[in-house]
Amino acid sequence: MSGLTDNLYLLTPEFALAGLAFLVFAVDLLLPEERKHLLGWLAVLGLLGLVVLSLLLLPGKEATLYGGLLAIDGYALFFKVLFLGIGVFIILSSIDYVKLHLTHPGEFYGLLLFSILGMNLMAQSRELLTAYISLELLSFSLYVMVAYALGNPKSNEGSLKYIIIGAFSSAILLYGISMVYSSLGVTRFEGISAALSSITDLRPALWVGLALIIVGLGFKLAAAPFHMWAPDVYEGAPLPVTAYLAIASKAAAFALLLRLLAEAFVPVGDRWDQWQIIVAALAALTMLLGNLVALAQRNLKRLMAYSSIGHVGYILAGAAALSPDSLLGANGIIFYLVGYSVTSIMVFAALIAFFNATGQEEIADLAGLADRQPLLAMAVAIGLFSLGGLPIFVGFTMKFYLFTAVANAGFLWLAGLAIFTSLISLYYYLQVIRQMYIQPALAAPLPGEEDNPDNEHSSAEHTHTPSHHLPHDDYEPLPRPPAALLAVVVLGLIATVALGVYPAPLLELVEAASAAILPGG
Amino acid sequence: MSNFDQSALLLIILAPLAGALLSVFLPRGRPNDAWYFAIFVSAITLILSLLLFARYDFSAGGYQFARTYEWLDAPLNIDLSLAMDGIAAPLVLLNGIVLFGAVLISQTIKHRTRDFFVLLLALGSGVFGVFVVQDLFFLFFFYELAVLPMYLLIGVWGSSTDFGSFVRTKEYGAMKLMLFLVAGSVLIWIGILALYVAAGQAGSPTFSLVTLGELSQSGHFGPDFQNWVFPLFMIGFGVLAGLWPFHTWSPDGHVAAPTGVSMLHAGVLMKLGAFGIIRVGMALLPEGAAAWMPVLIVLGTVNVIYGAISAMSQRDLKYIIGYSSVSHMGYVLMGIATLHPVGLTGAVLQMFSHGIMTALMFAMVGAIYERSHVRDITVLNGLMKRMGTTSFFFAIAGLASLGLPGLSGFVAEFMVFTGAFRTYLPLAVLAVIGAALTAVYILRLLARTFFGEADPQWEHLTDASPVEKTVGAAFVLILLFVGVWPAPLTRVINVSVESALGLF
Repeated sequence: MSGLTDNLYLLTPEFALAGLAFLVFAVDLLLPEERKHLLGWLAVLGLLGLVVLSLLLLPGKEATLYGGLLAIDGYALFFKVLFLGIGVFIILSSIDYVKLHLTHPGEFYGLLLFSILGMNLMAQSRELLTAYISLELLSFSLYVMVAYALGNPKSNEGSLKYIIIGAFSSAILLYGISMVYSSLGVTRFEGISAALSSITDLRPALWVGLALIIVGLGFKLAAAPFHMWAPDVYEGAPLPVTAYLAIASKAAAFALLLRLLAEAFVPVGDRWDQWQIIVAALAALTMLLGNLVALAQRNLKRLMAYSSIGHVGYILAGAAALSPDSLLGANGIIFYLVGYSVTSIMVFAALIAFFNATGQEEIADLAGLADRQPLLAMAVAIGLFSLGGLPIFVGFTMKFYLFTAVANAGFLWLAGLAIFTSLISLYYYLQVIRQMYIQPALAAPLPGEEDNPDNEHSSAEHTHTPSHHLPHDDYEPLPRPPAALLAVVVLGLIATVALGVYPAPLLELVEAASAAILPGG
Repeated sequence: MSNFDQSALLLIILAPLAGALLSVFLPRGRPNDAWYFAIFVSAITLILSLLLFARYDFSAGGYQFARTYEWLDAPLNIDLSLAMDGIAAPLVLLNGIVLFGAVLISQTIKHRTRDFFVLLLALGSGVFGVFVVQDLFFLFFFYELAVLPMYLLIGVWGSSTDFGSFVRTKEYGAMKLMLFLVAGSVLIWIGILALYVAAGQAGSPTFSLVTLGELSQSGHFGPDFQNWVFPLFMIGFGVLAGLWPFHTWSPDGHVAAPTGVSMLHAGVLMKLGAFGIIRVGMALLPEGAAAWMPVLIVLGTVNVIYGAISAMSQRDLKYIIGYSSVSHMGYVLMGIATLHPVGLTGAVLQMFSHGIMTALMFAMVGAIYERSHVRDITVLNGLMKRMGTTSFFFAIAGLASLGLPGLSGFVAEFMVFTGAFRTYLPLAVLAVIGAALTAVYILRLLARTFFGEADPQWEHLTDASPVEKTVGAAFVLILLFVGVWPAPLTRVINVSVESALGLF
């Protein structure tokens, strides 16, 4: 076993990321209030630098640090670059939002950087406790970020729920880890797989432990039936934080889950065959519930919350399809995570731009957006078509890939269910698109409404008062979004189409990543 | 092989798609620019489709212009393989013609014109793609691409219908169409995955239609498998072909759609469904097809009769044509289900013929509605006096649709009946009765609306514009040409029909 300090230089990006976060905190103290938005740009530049550093330093490196706790491999590198990239785009999308709506930008960016550090470590962890600590680093940053809209009671409520449920699920996870340790005497992933293969009869404590770990991770992923916190938290959180929750924290939790399954359980062989069905059942429940409940939503954030639960269901179906002798399932999951992130960032960036201009976030408020700000409408429409699984966008290709993997692993019924729930999701995505493209723009709020900004904009109210509707050519155009948001939206559009029609280069990288954790494939 | 043969199929898919992407960058608010550009793009595809049809060597038969572009290698194994056979050739030509016509007719779209043509061209690209790909992934890709733009095309530029007691809004038509078609593609997708898994168990996981066909012929797909997978394709594709009882989206969708979109949708898109049953269902699952064809022919007959009776009871011009499409697609489904060379050739010819005549009808109705803002046949009267050319073209299309000898509809339906008489005699008799019903509603419509007493309230109506006249005249000539001399089409269709039926 290698010493604790061997090859520590391979963790340079992580150390540098922590340093960057502290740098942001420090510079925050020196900058005057009106120039604090520069902190966002500092974080973006730092993250881009870290991407370059990681790509120079890490490719081809294979090592296990700290006596088997952290892995340096292609899988970790892939997700590191993905997380840093997501961080860059989320910060670019939030600079204006933070300037307009939030106080204490320094802490906001600093916490975001710490959460990225947590995510990077999650993708690298090869041991349960390390994974747990990385997960907590992410979670704690998120607890604070959700509460960041100080004056907004929904934000506070969401954060409180998030902390309580988060602490609860952490306890469950930790309890599960302790029971697994008491049964097997190991916490390292490969140790678990070795122990599971050699033990002939499994003690109940081990079963309970594994179940608790699944439940704990299920809470973090917002997989049904452990999803109840997600909609309230998504709705309460400031919009960029909602985006971050829906994209980055999901991707990180799956990065952790995928490595855990691939290294600890898939190699076990026969037993994995029995456990697959549990994951499959969880996936089926999650995709059904997320997509069905999304049908009833009127708030954009809640809609995206339930829609993301649906997508978690699809990815879990991919997790059920993992197999020791095929990379198809792992490829499918990673490809899906990338495609989902790219598309969602674009949608959220457009929604943030819309919110910055109007302060609205109900689905009905989007009425006439195609006339008021065509680019934003197009980005949201293409993003939602993509999430609904239509070509030529990445959503179609990634769903086709993932569902093929699921079917190929013997779960044709699950793939069928996933395809069917995709159809359901198309319905509620189309409702949003209908508002933007078919409904005419709404008139400016009536004087009475202006006095009361908390007025609930229910869609029913709008549709029953035709006086609110203006003819098509008499709408109020929205101001052009600032350059940073525009760049995110345009890059997102390009990536959504490019990955949809020609994913081969990405899939080569994906395959290298999944080969690192599933050597048998 | 010349350079043209090598790249023509790729070009015909990419040209409209590239046109759509480029159109996004046209300036907003200059509707004519977008229209001119769309004319340019669709003229290219029209020329390509004519050349492809002309250069298809029917004496050699089989798949021609084949070309494969690597797309994804193992473990998924997806290639963009393109090839065109004699069944696809007339349909490619049909799409080239109708797309061009639909773009021309859409001169009247003045609201968000650019977006309209972006979506219309994307749709055209999807249709071309389905006809010429040799890989299930891409077949499904283009199939969905053809469906995707419909929601916005109908929802934004369509029109609602007021029935007095209730209103069928365009949003309703668009959503209904979208959900039905995507529900159909859910079944298709499951079927595709089932085929992939079965091919994997046979040792070569693939989506390639060619490889899958070989596996099928060497007996790797057992009868049980075929019997449960074929109906997935039959119903999945059947939804788009207007198969009863999954046809209800079709009249609502066609009526709500703007003229150009109705033309493309009834004219070409519905043919994708029938084509899918032939290309995927019959070619890969012959045993399943043979087992299910009695069901399909019964449903097809119901289509013919039910569509005709429904059309008889409609008062809205577009609803009449919409239900008439349901009825005529019934002949296509019947022709397929006969599994008889004459019947199947008739089915493909009927796809072409119905595509042209229904597009012509929708174009002319669009011209009438544009001017009168009415589509109710009890209100419209004596249009022949005011809109002579329009009425004349509509009458020709109507006569083709009721099967008047000398027009294309007669040849196609006659072949379908011949095939059906040799295989399912009682149903063939019913189908002939259906053709008689068509005559009832078409002649009644012509008599009342076009040749009836001139109503002074329509005196202000002007006749078709030069663009509309050009499209109408061209389509009428095609109907006449095919009716008088169908050989150029049938000899191309027949050679591939023979080899498709060789599996049975």
